[in-house]
Amino acid sequence: MRRAFLICIPYFWLIALFFIPFLIVVKIALSDSMLSIPPYAPKLDISAGWAGLKAFFAALDFENFTFLAEDDLYWKAYLSSVKIAAISTLLTLLVGFPIAYGMAQSAPEWRPTLMMLVILPFWTSFLIRVYAWIGILSNEGFLNQFLMWLGIISDPLIILNTNTAVYIGIVYTYLPFMILPIYASLEKLDSSLLEAGQDLGCSRVSAFWLITIPLSKAGIIAGCFLVFIPALGEFVIPSLLGGSKTLMIGKVLWEEFFSNRDWPVASAVAVILLLLLIIPIILFQRNEQKNREAEQ
Amino acid sequence: MRRLSWFNVTSLTLGFAFLYIPMIILVIYSFNESKLVTVWSGFSAKWYGELFQNEAFMRAAWVTIKVAFFSSTFATVLGTMAAYVIVRGGRFYGRTLFSGFIYAPLVMPEVITGLSLLLLFISIGLDRGVLTIVLAHTTFSMCYVSVVVSSRLASFDRALEEAALDLGCTPFDAFRLVTLPIIAPAVIAGWLLAFTLSLDDLVIASFTAGPSATTLPIKIFSSVRLGVSPEINALSTLMIAIVTFGVLSTSIYSKRAIARQQKEEQEAEQ
Amino acid sequence: MNTQEPFAPWENPAEIPLIQFKNVTKKFGDFTAIDGLNLDIYAREFFALLGPSGCGKTTLMRLLAGFETPTSGQITLGGTDLAPIPPNKRAVNMMFQSYALFPHLSVADNIAFGLKRSGVGRDALQARVDEMLKLVQLGKFANRKPHQISGGQRQRVALARSLAKAPKLLLLDEPLGALDKKLRQETQFELMDIQESTGTTFVIVTHDQEEAMTVASRVAIMNHGKLEQIDTPDGIYETPNSAYVADFIGEVNLIQGRATAPHHLDWAEGEIPLNTPEQSPMDQGREYQLAIRPEKINVTAQPPEKADNLVQGQVLDIAYLGNLSTYHVKLKGGQIIKAQSANSRRLSRRRFTWEDQVYLSWAASAGVVLDK
Repeated sequence: MRRAFLICIPYFWLIALFFIPFLIVVKIALSDSMLSIPPYAPKLDISAGWAGLKAFFAALDFENFTFLAEDDLYWKAYLSSVKIAAISTLLTLLVGFPIAYGMAQSAPEWRPTLMMLVILPFWTSFLIRVYAWIGILSNEGFLNQFLMWLGIISDPLIILNTNTAVYIGIVYTYLPFMILPIYASLEKLDSSLLEAGQDLGCSRVSAFWLITIPLSKAGIIAGCFLVFIPALGEFVIPSLLGGSKTLMIGKVLWEEFFSNRDWPVASAVAVILLLLLIIPIILFQRNEQKNREAEQ
Repeated sequence: MRRLSWFNVTSLTLGFAFLYIPMIILVIYSFNESKLVTVWSGFSAKWYGELFQNEAFMRAAWVTIKVAFFSSTFATVLGTMAAYVIVRGGRFYGRTLFSGFIYAPLVMPEVITGLSLLLLFISIGLDRGVLTIVLAHTTFSMCYVSVVVSSRLASFDRALEEAALDLGCTPFDAFRLVTLPIIAPAVIAGWLLAFTLSLDDLVIASFTAGPSATTLPIKIFSSVRLGVSPEINALSTLMIAIVTFGVLSTSIYSKRAIARQQKEEQEAEQ
Repeated sequence: MNTQEPFAPWENPAEIPLIQFKNVTKKFGDFTAIDGLNLDIYAREFFALLGPSGCGKTTLMRLLAGFETPTSGQITLGGTDLAPIPPNKRAVNMMFQSYALFPHLSVADNIAFGLKRSGVGRDALQARVDEMLKLVQLGKFANRKPHQISGGQRQRVALARSLAKAPKLLLLDEPLGALDKKLRQETQFELMDIQESTGTTFVIVTHDQEEAMTVASRVAIMNHGKLEQIDTPDGIYETPNSAYVADFIGEVNLIQGRATAPHHLDWAEGEIPLNTPEQSPMDQGREYQLAIRPEKINVTAQPPEKADNLVQGQVLDIAYLGNLSTYHVKLKGGQIIKAQSANSRRLSRRRFTWEDQVYLSWAASAGVVLDK
């Protein structure tokens, strides 16, 4: 009896505040937008009973989705989100792997400290970490001042409000998510495997490619998903660092909702964004499952 | 002893420089006298003073702390229950769906979570304010708490609970007297995580906060959109200082506790 | 002279068992852990469950403690059915294999834990804890936490904690498994003393046959969820009822053969049939196994004057174990027989060496006839 009680509370909480809201999103995505509060129709009229329910379903349609498919703004936004997320994931991997590798190679007594240094920014406000780059990347920002002082450039580079700034922002904020799983898999790597590889005739470079990389694959894949999935729906970074030309679907959704007040279209955008995410999420879960099984 | 190669030293140095220099610049320029944030004109703490004079910021900070406190406390209770159900609950109807509900919010884009909760609150006619933000934050951070707590519970020796039952505890007493004290560090870590997530959140709070309740991230976001401001630098520095202090002290404390325990264990075997 | 009856309640049909398993079966999905088991355990017994891992011995113990419920059948304690009683209401306590000491409580608080649950008053509680600490000689360590004491001390805290409530039945799951060999042997005797002085019924689960033989009044050998044999340690050793039990406990030579007469076993081409014990006649023409312990076989250079059974062979291997030497002797037909002899004198030179021709002899009563 107690057990049922224990199960029910968190279960119903999540049904009420996670699952049902999502059904509402789907429902509104299928509704027509209109000028009222709330700004969509139809509203489910429970008092009308079965007829009301029928009328309600009859009024639902895929108009909003057709609209999304016809307006190439949305197509471009989806494609550009995938592109930006993919490129920044790759960049994060390129920056994160050497750090994780260096940590795993360092003396054991240093590792907890290095680990803490990686985690510390994660606890610091996301917004603040993004904000820090505005001052660095702006035309008269520190980066340009520094490069001009070095004499590498004579005119300031325009970085802020471009996609480049978005890449930098994503790499910077999501770096710990890349480093930690890769470090975890590299740390488990038995160094005698590399010695065995060299003993059997590998050069150090080929031992790295033939032994280290395949054995840290699970960590690399996990890190990539941990960056790619949230980057795809990112809103703060493109809106603070990106320019008006930076199209990301999270930002489009926000603007549809807050600026255009078109709730049905915003809901339809949300539904499609989620569909877009399902494939990487399932792949990620598979990868995690495989790792757990391999460990047992 | 392995010696670090120049490659590893370089990658670690550059990597940590990349992680920390932006924040260090932020901290330094919070003490800049000038309103122009990129030109250094002398040391001053005046922006901190202005920050504390700014009533809108102070009000938002108070709302944020209230929200974070309540949502992380609820999230810890619910998340610990959920973790217990997942690790110890055995089989029950809808278990797969339940664990799906626990993990889904972790990968759900914030814009979707925020939008869906807002639509829920409107459709049931709940006025937006502190309460709705607390509900929203509790929902997504309980999932983080449950992940932290369930990983601790999974490594927990079940014989300890059985021993408690064997010695006459009811299942609830066994949880209260044995399980909870032992998993307490994970529960506290979960609370801290939930608290930080709530303090940090901009997107979900923007959707679920009504005009009556503005949180600090919402306030920061709206002023940052207009560009860099020294007051925000000061505020950021304070937040960085608090987090750094918190993380450093807990890690030093836990490092010492582990060292002490190891030493005592060694002595005990002699 | 005070002649003391040996403790053997199982031989007295009037004695009522403390615990009875009546046709108990426990299944986990498709896997049958306990298979239609019947077992009586008497008060004040030190009962050992011995078997390989996965034989069901731990499940049997967990059924008694109440962490598992039987799929079918009934378990009674002092005549009452245990099924409806939850673990926290049973007069049964358990000492866990991992000790399961509460890491956040001191040694004294660990011991007091069960007493507090049953609402013992403060003074009585303190007295009982002190008594328990004294029993396991840990008075000095009362205020230490479990991680501040050694493995052997932890084992004793776990024992004291499970005994504190004076249970009718104490279950010990591999209680000495985590200790090193020397400490284990010392602790075995301590356990026996404590069992005797407290008068508690002990049921111990172990996979260590030496431990079971040392501590137990009776040993049950389990295999695949069934009891192979229940007997006193010497009964198990000297009169095993199956090849499995004979082989499981100690070393044994198993000789296959066919009975040619009630006491003659024809076992190999060109060898004289073996003489088998008087008390177990065989059916002519049926196949049997003869089990003989190595230490019951004499190794000699010359054939002894008189022997019930005599075979000749060549020394193949010698294992010098300090107190004993085991000889592996290869017979003409290729069979290998193990024989053991005590090294009662310091060895200035070996009696036998590799490839020596030797004679093996044993009494007819030394063997045990087993069905094939």
